[in-house]
Amino acid sequence: MSNKRIAFLGLFVALAFVLSYIEYLLPLNIGIPGAKIGIANLAVMVTLYTVGEKSAIALSVVRVVLVGLTFGNISMMMYSLAGATLSLLVMLIAKRIGKLSMTGVSVLGGVSHNIGQIIVAMLVLETESLFYYLPFLIVVGTITGVVIGIVSNLITVRVKKVLSF
Amino acid sequence: MKKNDLILIAVILVITLASIAGIRLWQHNNTGGAATAVVTIDGVKYGEYPLSSDVTERIELPDGSYNILNISGGFAEVTEASCPDQICVKHNHIKYAGETIVCLPNKLVVEIEGGEDNGIDGSTH
Ligand SMILES: [Zn+2]
Repeated sequence: MSNKRIAFLGLFVALAFVLSYIEYLLPLNIGIPGAKIGIANLAVMVTLYTVGEKSAIALSVVRVVLVGLTFGNISMMMYSLAGATLSLLVMLIAKRIGKLSMTGVSVLGGVSHNIGQIIVAMLVLETESLFYYLPFLIVVGTITGVVIGIVSNLITVRVKKVLSF
Repeated sequence: MKKNDLILIAVILVITLASIAGIRLWQHNNTGGAATAVVTIDGVKYGEYPLSSDVTERIELPDGSYNILNISGGFAEVTEASCPDQICVKHNHIKYAGETIVCLPNKLVVEIEGGEDNGIDGSTH
């Protein structure tokens, strides 16, 4: 990995942390457990498309642990780890298949993030009734995914220019 | 954005909106006059409250945290809670079968059970 890439990865980890903090301060409280704007996914997306896949995985894990230790507790860390893992896995696969642009990949990431969180919540609370929230969570994930995908694309284009020098 | 992205988004939205409509319809058709709010804590049933009689119940957990359940006008809602995220308090009041209010930090679930007309729970017939 070039020094430039390492520098960018560091920058994106910091960005992910700041975005998670913003999300923590301004939660999307619409009464649905597991619904998140997921703006930290912005940093994951940009890393995935500029620095590389392994770095995106590392960034996701570091972000969840850092944020969990700073603002949350162990059980909250579990929810977000499940969401983040599923979402990253889906995005990696979608990117490799190559049929979607960043917007589509980000939509799948947002949707699977919310699905991952609700599945853990169902397991923890031992109730299937939460299944009823799934369609709402998918709609929220789609909308936020579109916005994050478009912004990620704007940033990625510029970062790629710098990296190609 | 590619054409594929738009197709993906359209497919997701159509499927989910149709399921939301389907769920709503099912809920309306499966809520009878004897609907109750069932409170579960950490998977264990705590209590059952008929929606037909107004009541305010303070649900205390062993670790000192609490949720206040209020039933009035046929609706159930959590009016106060000790949890940090307050998602349960922010949740709209509920009255239809299958609707839930969840407090993840307190592992508390309030779920509406349909009552007499509910074909799922045969024991209430
Ligand atoms: Zn709560």
